[in-house]
Amino acid sequence: MSDCRCKDKDVNIVCRCEDITLEEIREYIKNGVTDLEQLKRLLRVGMGPCQGRTCIPLIVREIAAYAGKPVEEIPLTTFRPPTVPVKLGVLAAGGEKDD
Amino acid sequence: MRQTEICIIGGGPAGLTAALKAAALGAEVTLVDRNDYLGGQLIKQTHRFFGSKEQRASERGISIAKELADAVESNKKINVLKKATALGYYKDGVLLVEQDEKIIKIKPKKLIVATGGAEKTLLFPNNDLPGIYGAGAVQTLVNVFGVKPGNKVLMVGAGNIGVIVSYQLLQAGVEVAAIIEAAPQIGSYWVHASKVVRAGVPIYTRHTIKRAWGDTEVEGATIVELDDNWQPIEGSEKDLDVDVICLSVGLSPLTELLWQAGCQMKYVPELGGHVPLRNENLETTVPGIYTAGDAAGIEEASAAMMEGALAGINAAHSLGYDAPDLNKQKEKILMELTGLRSGPVGEKIRRGLAKVTC
Repeated sequence: MSDCRCKDKDVNIVCRCEDITLEEIREYIKNGVTDLEQLKRLLRVGMGPCQGRTCIPLIVREIAAYAGKPVEEIPLTTFRPPTVPVKLGVLAAGGEKDD
Repeated sequence: MRQTEICIIGGGPAGLTAALKAAALGAEVTLVDRNDYLGGQLIKQTHRFFGSKEQRASERGISIAKELADAVESNKKINVLKKATALGYYKDGVLLVEQDEKIIKIKPKKLIVATGGAEKTLLFPNNDLPGIYGAGAVQTLVNVFGVKPGNKVLMVGAGNIGVIVSYQLLQAGVEVAAIIEAAPQIGSYWVHASKVVRAGVPIYTRHTIKRAWGDTEVEGATIVELDDNWQPIEGSEKDLDVDVICLSVGLSPLTELLWQAGCQMKYVPELGGHVPLRNENLETTVPGIYTAGDAAGIEEASAAMMEGALAGINAAHSLGYDAPDLNKQKEKILMELTGLRSGPVGEKIRRGLAKVTC
C-alpha cells in the first residue's frame, strides 16, 4: 500500500468541467433541490465544455435514488444549441454571404 | 443557406455507409464530421472483426474506415465537410454548423443523425486524478497517436471495449494489472477475453473500484469484491499499484440534435440511455429525420454500418430515388442485422430495440 498523503482525501468529482463533487450534489438534493434545471442554475453542472455529457447521467441517478423513482421519470433539462462551446466572434460574424 | 438533399451528421461507420447507400441511389449528400478525418471510432480499431463475411469478418476496423472514407471522398454525389461541428438544429429545419471558425447554415430535405456515443464515467473517491482515462481515450492515444498512457493499468469493465483495449495495451508494451467487472460475468466476446487471460491478465468479476489514490497523479487503486446485491464485501479489498485507471463502463448515445429537433425520446438502459423512437425505416417521430448507429442505441460497428445502410436507402427512397432491387437490398440488410442480433449476445439489444421501435 502506498503511503501517499492524499490517499484519504476522498473527492468524488461529478462535474469535471465545473469541479462539483458528489457531496455538494447530495447536499443540494437533501435541501430540496431535486430538479435538474435548478441544480444546473445553482451549480453550473452541465454548463461547461462537455455540456453535461459526463455529469448529467450521474446526477440524474442521484436524484432518482433520492426520490426513489426510476431514472426515466427524472426530467432532463432542455437541449439548446449550441451543442459545444463556440466563440462569440464566430457567431457574431454571421453566416455565409447569401444568408 | 446551403441546400442539400440529405445531410448526414457523423462520419463514423453509420454515417459513411448511409452516405454511400444514399449516393448510390442518386441522392445528393452532405456529410458533416467534426474531426479532420473520416471513419469515427473505426480508425483506432486495430483488431479483426469477426462474424460472417458480409459483416467484414477478419477485416480490421482501421482498414474498413479507410475503404469507406476513400469511397465517400471520391464520390461526386457526396460533399464532405470535415472539421465541421453541428451546433444545432432548429424547428424550421435549418442546421447550424461551425467549420474553420465560420458559421454554415444547411437546409437539408432529409437529415440522418449518426453522431455516435460518448464514454460514461464512474464515481469513486479521487476520480479526478490525472491518469484516469476513458478506455476510448486510451485506445486513441495508443493506436492513433502512438502514446503510452502510463506503465501499469487497471481496466474497469470487462465488456468488449475494456477487454480489447487491454489487449491492445499489452501489444503496446503496457502492463495490465487486472481487469475488473462489477457483474458476475464478463460482457465481452470470449475470443477477446481468452486472449488477455492467456497473456496472464487476471479478470476479477463481481469487483469494483473502491478508490484511487495519489498525490498529483494516480499511484494506485483499491478494488473490492461485491456481494449478490452489488454491495462491497468488507475485508475483500485489494490494493493495486497502478499509474493508469482506465474506465470502460459503457457509452451513452449522443442525441442533442434529436432532442433539439423535437424527436420523441425514451430512456432505454439496454441501449445506453435516452434514444429516439423510430420506425423500421429508422425514421424518428419527426418526419424526414433518421438515425443510425450508436446515436440510435449503443451497439457495435457492424450493426452501425447496417443501420447506416438502411437509413441511407430509406432517406433517398423517400426523396423518390429508386432501384429495381431496392426492396431486396433492404431485406438483405435486415436479415443480416437480425442474424447479428440473434442468440444470447444480442438479447439485451433486442430487448432495448423492442421498447423504441414503433
